[in-house]
Amino acid sequence: MSDMIHIRGLKKSFGSLEVLKGVDMTVRKGEIISIIGPSGSGKSTLLRTLIHLEKASDGEIIIEGEATLTQSGEHISESQIRQRCRKLGMVFQNFNLFPHKTALENVMEAPLTVLKKDKSEAIRIAEELLAKVGLSDKRDSYPYYLSGGQKQRVAIARALAMAPDIMLFDEPTSALDPELIGEVLSVIKDLASEHMTMLIVTHEMTFAREVSDKVVFMDEGRILEMAPPEKIFSDPDHPRIKTFLDKML
Amino acid sequence: MEYLIDSTRYILMGCTVTLKLFFITLILSLPLGFICAMGKASSWRTVRVLMDSYTSVVRGTPLLLQIFFVYYGLPIIIPGLRLERFNAAALTFILNYGAYFTEIFRSGIQSIDRGQYEASRVLGMSYTQTMIRIVLPQTIKRVLPTIANEAITLVKDTALIVVLGIGDILRNSKEIVARDFTISPFVIAALIYLGMNYLLVLFFNRMEKRYSVYE
Ligand SMILES: Nc1ncnc2c1ncn2[C@@H]1O[C@H](COP(=O)(O)OP(=O)(O)OP(=O)(O)O)[C@@H](O)[C@H]1O
Ligand SMILES: [Mg+2]
Repeated sequence: MSDMIHIRGLKKSFGSLEVLKGVDMTVRKGEIISIIGPSGSGKSTLLRTLIHLEKASDGEIIIEGEATLTQSGEHISESQIRQRCRKLGMVFQNFNLFPHKTALENVMEAPLTVLKKDKSEAIRIAEELLAKVGLSDKRDSYPYYLSGGQKQRVAIARALAMAPDIMLFDEPTSALDPELIGEVLSVIKDLASEHMTMLIVTHEMTFAREVSDKVVFMDEGRILEMAPPEKIFSDPDHPRIKTFLDKML
Repeated sequence: MEYLIDSTRYILMGCTVTLKLFFITLILSLPLGFICAMGKASSWRTVRVLMDSYTSVVRGTPLLLQIFFVYYGLPIIIPGLRLERFNAAALTFILNYGAYFTEIFRSGIQSIDRGQYEASRVLGMSYTQTMIRIVLPQTIKRVLPTIANEAITLVKDTALIVVLGIGDILRNSKEIVARDFTISPFVIAALIYLGMNYLLVLFFNRMEKRYSVYE
């Protein structure tokens, strides 16, 4: 059972607007999947529905063998969903750091409150993770005083503090000045070399090509094609993908 | 001189009541306001309607009327429920200020970015943990100046309890004025209120400074 994520027929509507029109996807352990596609195609919604920030309208989600959404409509309690979603960590485009907490405190927060670690243990975890993202010297800085790239690295460390098996990134570099993108991508590459399972929504085509095992192209709420980067970038099945990529480069 | 000291001492005795009312009101109405503000944000319609009626009734009627209502009115509606004068005043003040703080906290909570809730949620934090550890501290920072204003108003509002014949600063000074036919007690009372508010302003300035470390 090496399927980390299993999605079947996932649908999501906002009012009368159907944003996900039946998405099927399987993610294996250690796989790195980039999700690309035009604006409004439902990439963010897919990640947000997966981690239950949005309530899906229909479909099935299974995370490491445990359902968080079933097609039969079988009831799964809120606390079960929360428990099962702990396998997932998420990083947002605009960081969403806690402004009233220092870098260290941001990373400590979930180990303290959710995992109920004692303070010294939480500090140890947080220091280790800040070192991992290269921000040991910023441990006592408040987010306001950090650059965008530093903020995003703290956000990654914060997500890792829950020791997730799968990391979701929603355009982690889109809010950054061009010169700061590299430092964030390099942290993600470090995770890739540790075989972290990752789903990455991105507009960084070079990065997607370099780091992913598979690239998913989304269009109008559907997966148009899911294939290794070589295939998507040089010989996609769908002409739309080619048009999109030509515009991006 | 001796006379002034004596009257000041007598007026200051009223201070105990004033301060007691001030602190009891502040300490209880702030959490009440925060909890009711969460009620207003609740997805449960009944709770929202209840909270809305509470704040509109309390904020739409005079505090003085509310004091009369609790002290003289309640025993008529519920025979036997006669609160002691100070308790009636304190209860009224808590409910009254609770309503104002509800509105203040509500707007503060609303101004918190929903990304904060989403970040907390994906970290596995519960709603209560999110509200207490993430939303509340940021809300306090934002509403602190408004709370400071309310606290200053509260110091002055405490004087309303003279209508129940409770011996606070104002009542004690008025007694001396009536007895000795001099206005100096009023001046002394004014100075005491001013002093209290001066200390309050200092306190809130310090709080605002403390909360401003993060941006
Ligand atoms: N909370 C919401 N309420 C209503 N409509 C929404 C909501 N969230 C997203 N949508 C709509 O759903 C569609 C898909 O949005 P989504 O954010 O998933 O696209 P995306 O592929 O991530 O685009 P982008 O590349 O611009 O981030 C869009 O038309 C958007 O307007
Ligand atoms: Mg998006």
